[in-house]
Parts: sequence; C-alpha cells; structure tokens
Amino acid sequence: MSIGMRALPMGEHALLIELGSAQDVEALHAELLRRRDAGTLPAVRDIVPAARTVLIDGLDRPRDFAEQVIHWTVPPLAAEEGPEITVPVRYDGPDLAEVASRWQVDPADVPRIVADTPFRVAFCGFAPGFGYLTGLPARFQLPRRATPRTAVPAGSLALAGEFAGVYPRSSPGGWQLIGSTDAVLWDPAREPAALFEPGTRVRFTPVGAAR
Amino acid sequence: MSLDVVRPGALTTVQDLGRPGHAHLGVPRSGALDPYAHRLANLLTGNPPEAATLETTVDGTALRAVTAVTVAVTGAPCPVRIDGRPAAWGAAVRVPAGSVLDVGRAVSGVRSYVAVRGGIDAEPVLGSRATDLLSGLGPAPLSAGLTLRIGAPRAHSTGADALPTTAPPAELVLPLRLGPRDGWFSAEAVQGLARARYRVSSASNRIGLRTEGPPLHRTTHTELPSEGMVLGAVQVPPDGLPVVFLADHPVTGGYPVLGVVPEAHLAAAAQAVPGTPVIFRPLHQRT
Repeated sequence: MSIGMRALPMGEHALLIELGSAQDVEALHAELLRRRDAGTLPAVRDIVPAARTVLIDGLDRPRDFAEQVIHWTVPPLAAEEGPEITVPVRYDGPDLAEVASRWQVDPADVPRIVADTPFRVAFCGFAPGFGYLTGLPARFQLPRRATPRTAVPAGSLALAGEFAGVYPRSSPGGWQLIGSTDAVLWDPAREPAALFEPGTRVRFTPVGAAR
Repeated sequence: MSLDVVRPGALTTVQDLGRPGHAHLGVPRSGALDPYAHRLANLLTGNPPEAATLETTVDGTALRAVTAVTVAVTGAPCPVRIDGRPAAWGAAVRVPAGSVLDVGRAVSGVRSYVAVRGGIDAEPVLGSRATDLLSGLGPAPLSAGLTLRIGAPRAHSTGADALPTTAPPAELVLPLRLGPRDGWFSAEAVQGLARARYRVSSASNRIGLRTEGPPLHRTTHTELPSEGMVLGAVQVPPDGLPVVFLADHPVTGGYPVLGVVPEAHLAAAAQAVPGTPVIFRPLHQRT
C-alpha cells in the first residue's frame, strides 16, 4: 500500500516529508528506521517525526532522495510493532475531576479508560524526553487549559488535544494533569536517555490512588 | 589542571561541536555558535576540534590559572590581558600559575572563544560538553568562584601559529534557500525580501537571531502542526519578524519556515551585534 507524501526541501541538506495523518507519519517513520537498520538508507543525521511530517536532516543529496522516497511502498504500522513499556500512574492530578466531568464519567473510571488505551509515542519535542503520545479516542480529546501553569511537577501525566504526555522535569505547561508517575522519563546517563522514543508503545497502569 | 572563574562575564558557556543526532528525542544540537572561531582556538592551542572551549557574550570573562596553561582567544576581537599586561588575541599565549587571564569586552562582534590546551573537562552529556540554554543540558553557565577542570593535552601536540581570521560583519547578508513554507507568505513579501532592511534585535540569543524590520505578511492563516526544524531555519512568528535559528533552537516548531540560511553563514550571524543591518538574499527556487 502506498501512502500520500509530499517531499519539501528544507535548506541544503534536509527534506520535510508531509503526510496526510499521524498514522501515515508513524508508518513512514517505522519504514525509515527499518531501512536505516537494513543499511539501505543514505547516511542521515536526524530523523525527526512530528504531527504531520517527518524531517530527514543531514542528507548529502536531498533532491535525489526526494525522488526515491515518494515512490516507496510503505506498509501501515502494525498495532503490535515496536517495543512496549508499562508506566505506573497515581491518579492524583489537579485536573482529574475536570477531565472526568468533560468525559462524562466518574473520576474513578479515568484510570481504567487510560489503562485500556494503547498509546504510542508519535514524536518528541518541547523538552528532552517529552513524548507526544497518540491513541486517545476522539471523544476523550480535550483542549489545553486556558491559562498554563507556571510549574508542572516532573512525572505529571497530562492530556491536550489528540495527545497524552508525561513531563520529564518540572516546567511550565498548559496540559490537563490527571496523574503522576515515578518513572524516570529522561536520564542522560542512561542508554537510551529517553524512556519514550518515537515508535515506543506505552501502557499506563494505575497504582495506589486508583482506589 | 584547572582554572578559577574570577569574573564570569554576562554569559559564558562551555561549548564544543554539540550533540547532533538526538533531535528525535527532543534534544537540540547546541555547540559553539561560531564553529570557525571555536575550531581556530583549538587549533592554536594544539587541541582536537571537539575539545570544549568557552564562549563569551559581549563582555568577556576573567580566569585565574591554578597551574600554568596555554590559551588562545578567538572570535569577537577583544583586548586580552594577563595580570593586566596586554597579550595577543588570536594566538597561543602562556598564562603562568596564579596569573589572571582577562578576556575583555568585544571591540566588534559578540562572542569570543577561549581555548585552553587540554580542553575544558566538563561532564559530557550525550557525547557533548556543550551548554544548551534551551533545554538545560550540559554544564551551567560560568559563575564567580567556579573551578573549571582542564583535560589532559594530546601527546606531542603543538599549536598552530597565529592564523588569519575574518572580522565580524558590518552588514549581515544571509542567503536564504526558500521553503518549505514560503507558500504561506504573500508573493510580494517573498519578492520584496531582498530589498527589505532588517536589523539584528537585542533579543537575539543562542536559540535564534531575532530581527527588527518590516513584518512579513502571511497569506495562509491556519495553524501549522509542529514540524521538525533545522539549523538556520528562518521561522516567522505571528509578529511577522524573521527569526534565524541558531544552535540551541527547538527541534520542532509551530510557525512556518520561510527558508533556510546555509550553515556556513551562521557564524557571521552569531557575531552580528544588535543593530547590525540584515539583508536576506533569497535563492530563487520556490517549491
């Protein structure tokens, strides 16, 4: 199956590949990694997936690569593809009640809904180790808070729009906070430094406060 | 071997060639904003190019040598003094044990580089000692009283003699390869760019060179989903004033990129003082 792609030059050594959906981004990203692992991709410095694009930076001949990539056959990403990690969560977030109310469920049901949702890291950004996780059904997608918090504690599990995320460290943030985890999202001394890498599947399991 | 910080200066950071290859984890490239000056300082002191140097901002720094060291100051030209006596800029100089190296205020340009034979030995993070001011990776900026460890010099290495350097620009001419989002701007804005006159804004930093001048008019007003950014990308935020991304730029961004300045021209951008005229010269390859 072929997916629709547009290859836009970005400077002298990069291509920005534009795709139709987050699913197509994940599929192309997985294909790029497969080809890189197989040694059939030209040398690149960075492969950076985002919401509707994949940036390929550090190409010697971006024009030649653009000609090739748009003709690739890219299979859709299988649900079970990629490593899976489990992240234990306490449902103690200050926005839990508001999120439950917007979802029209009891706050006690939120942990189960989240645990039943298969998430995947679509891309990283904002801060080292901050992953944008897709998978949230459309009916559970909420806007950001009208006023961002000046300090969101490290380990906060948060929702905004189509994404879920966990703050790797304390920072300002406008996402809805539903819980927290002790998992270390970012540790430069660890290999890999980021717990959430693009393509990683994530399962949030409730602990403690899920009573 | 070590150096004690006597006067940190406005903003002095440890820099090297940065940590490319981690953008997919949200990690900026970082590294010396003027990589030529960084490499030259290392060359003069007999260091490999990846050895860490100090990058100053406008007003230099002062360091006391705990043991005798060989240093070289490059980048923005500035007075160099050892215990108050003038010493050479752009050449290797010996600082005796106990003496103070004073890297003075830039006469022109913004960022001077101080290499020490052996390199600054900060703890590497993801293979680099660079201070990344966007995400807080790498060593903190210099502060008074801090001790900087110096690494072991390469065996049999001798520094180069003084080498020619280029002066910081009186006028910053930045070639611009249009795209990927040039189509989001009016044809007049793109065509008029070469004639538009901008100036370097004092709000510029290691993340980006900000400009002041005529706002660029967008014709597409939908929200751009965040997309990957490259070094030299010229992002245009809602105020219409172009920002040229430098080493500590965010790895993704949500404002359209009009074009990209080739990397070779970014060192000059990093040395352009606020107020310097900026001219973008589009390379016409509209996509």
